Amino acid sequence: MDRLTKQDVHPKILQKLLEDTDITIDDALENEMILNMGPQHPATHGVLRLLLRLDGETVIGCVPDVGYLHRGYEKMAENMSYYEFIPHTDRLDYISPLANNVAWVLAVEKLAGIEVPLRAQYIRMMVAELARIASHLVAIGSFAMDVGALTVFLWTLREREKIMDMWDILCGARFTNSFTRIGGVANDAQPEVLSLIKKFVDEIDDNLSECESLLNTNRIFIERLDGVGRISKEDALSYGYTGPNLRASGVEFDLRRAAPYLQYDKIDFKIPVYQEGDALARYFVRTDEVRESAKIVKQCLQLMQPGEIKANLPKSVLPQKVEVYSKMEELIHDFMIVNFGINPPVGEVYHAIEGSKGELGFYIVSKGEGHPWKCKIRSPSFIHIQSLPHLVKGHMVSDVVAIIGSIDPIMGEADK
Amino acid sequence: MELKELIQQKLKEKFPETEFEFSEFRDELSVKLNKKNILAVCMFLKEDSDLEFVLCEDITAVDWASRKNRFTVAYHIFSIKNKFRLVVKADVDENDCNIDSVTSVWKTSNWQERECYDMYGIKFNHHPDMRRIYMPEEFEYYPLRKDFPLMGIPGSLPLPKK
Amino acid sequence: MGLEAKLNSDGFFVTKIESIINWARKNSVYPMPMGISCCAIEMMASADPKYDIARFGSEVMRFTPRQCDLMIVAGTVTYKMSHVVRKIYEQMPDPKWVIAMGACTSTGGMYRSYSVVQGIDQFLPVDVYVAGCPPRPDNLLNALMQIQDKIGKTRPKDFQNIKLPELNVIQNN
Repeated sequence: MDRLTKQDVHPKILQKLLEDTDITIDDALENEMILNMGPQHPATHGVLRLLLRLDGETVIGCVPDVGYLHRGYEKMAENMSYYEFIPHTDRLDYISPLANNVAWVLAVEKLAGIEVPLRAQYIRMMVAELARIASHLVAIGSFAMDVGALTVFLWTLREREKIMDMWDILCGARFTNSFTRIGGVANDAQPEVLSLIKKFVDEIDDNLSECESLLNTNRIFIERLDGVGRISKEDALSYGYTGPNLRASGVEFDLRRAAPYLQYDKIDFKIPVYQEGDALARYFVRTDEVRESAKIVKQCLQLMQPGEIKANLPKSVLPQKVEVYSKMEELIHDFMIVNFGINPPVGEVYHAIEGSKGELGFYIVSKGEGHPWKCKIRSPSFIHIQSLPHLVKGHMVSDVVAIIGSIDPIMGEADK
Repeated sequence: MELKELIQQKLKEKFPETEFEFSEFRDELSVKLNKKNILAVCMFLKEDSDLEFVLCEDITAVDWASRKNRFTVAYHIFSIKNKFRLVVKADVDENDCNIDSVTSVWKTSNWQERECYDMYGIKFNHHPDMRRIYMPEEFEYYPLRKDFPLMGIPGSLPLPKK
Repeated sequence: MGLEAKLNSDGFFVTKIESIINWARKNSVYPMPMGISCCAIEMMASADPKYDIARFGSEVMRFTPRQCDLMIVAGTVTYKMSHVVRKIYEQMPDPKWVIAMGACTSTGGMYRSYSVVQGIDQFLPVDVYVAGCPPRPDNLLNALMQIQDKIGKTRPKDFQNIKLPELNVIQNN
């Protein structure tokens, strides 16, 4: 196949890559080279293209090229109703699909002014925290796999399969389950699922310690990650970091405490914060967050009372199927809602939740019709990839892989 | 709430000659201003010691498909100290499709403004790197404008041969 | 040991070359995971201990195309990415097969928009289409078994008269 020539790299990208940099290397070998870490790569967590400018083994410049998974979500959202967009939100951050569902319906309910019953709120919280645990397990596993520890990946995937079994029984699908509805959730949580969840969160601490025992005292792992990809507090805030990456740089900011949604103000949990800001600190923040999420799920299981799972608003909330087939008004409401959509008032709203990667927000502008006039998805992975050139400067090529793994980008969300 | 009044009072004191339009919807404050003053106002909001809007969450644009003031650029900024979110908006006309860039205030606005340019065609003055981000460089249209069809224009994106 | 126990006499058996070659090929299919988006996660899940893909002989998921014979395209292919997929397909040595995993690769899936290719068979020859969004790992294993059946039925005449690509010959003048 052809070598990478100047025609393969777009001239504007080449110009940006070759501009003057503030790194000076005093080395006898003055050979610079442009390396294409292409969209298809085992360690770039999806289709991310990085163009690296190398001097020997040291990186002196980097230009990320995104857009290989741009599917046109925002344009599609302008053409479909609020209910029809729920399965699309699953595929945004596809490792923790239920958290995206929760974010979308919370934004729509804020716009339309719908109140959700308590049991549905607790079920949503439980499901969102399980999604966070699943996402962090994959992040830890693939991060360790990139650095070289292959066994950890299979062990964390074994834990994740248990969560997927729970989702299979609760939602009907093991992955990309569009479980939440506007006004509540789709099904009630059966006692079988609740006992499985209780068993899982009781055991996750020991299982995670088993996976960690391979890594935390491993000299190769620690030396490979200590001091790599360091970012200071002011830079992290200026680059728009949120989520575990920000908490690893010393800023105690969590949207579940700063702007509480659902019932998070009644739950007691800690926020893990580390001060160093390097890749190792981000790994520790994620393992601590898995344990905190398990605590949240336990408290939800205790606080949950039997009750309704959907709000009783016939004009906006889809009625139960049993009633649709037997009563007249429910049939008419079902028809109107499915074909014309709910009609929220004119206005715009921005609502964000603490997703597993950071702050996932939806900005919806409505003109009173059944479909949004504009929908913008604020995805944390997009913002984090922007800071990659700043993080990799001065490191070796093999550190680039560790840094990308510690940032934990998901391209489905970054490219929308 | 007193924080909302504090913001309105401070903005009116510091910039007496610009006109602000404040509005509230679902308990969120938004302020609309002329696009000439956007850089100075954003710098003030970030550096004022009481307000400290250090986190810029989102920069996006809305296409109203009207003759006058076709686009509105919206900035969502968050203050970690006060746990408060503010929306700053500026209208951009189609004939004069540019606005000042705020990359000197928050570094995160670099890619967000590039995305705005890629999708809507709004140019940002003094931006360090104004090029497309999602669509390939050779693409000639702006996808999120209301006159671009959902299925795209056939032939605008090349496909490899079988 | 199992093969030697079945033989009647001194270790000879008579068969056709294509049976031996097909038997060897189909039980050691090396997949090349072209994991692009959500279907890639289910492909990873088909490699984990619960839905073991290693028992079919496909343990080795090499990410370099030069060592693989089966390309599993998992995820939405956009116009920008289609050139990359085609380039990698051309780098794989013959004989090669392609599985189009999921709804997005078969027909464009739920994304009817300006930047998604409505089906990868517009630029790649596909052997098996797997339905689902995303398909369960058992579904992917079923597709792998169908590819194995297809390999088992190939004949030598399928590989004759193949147009080989032009090689760059160094001229020594």
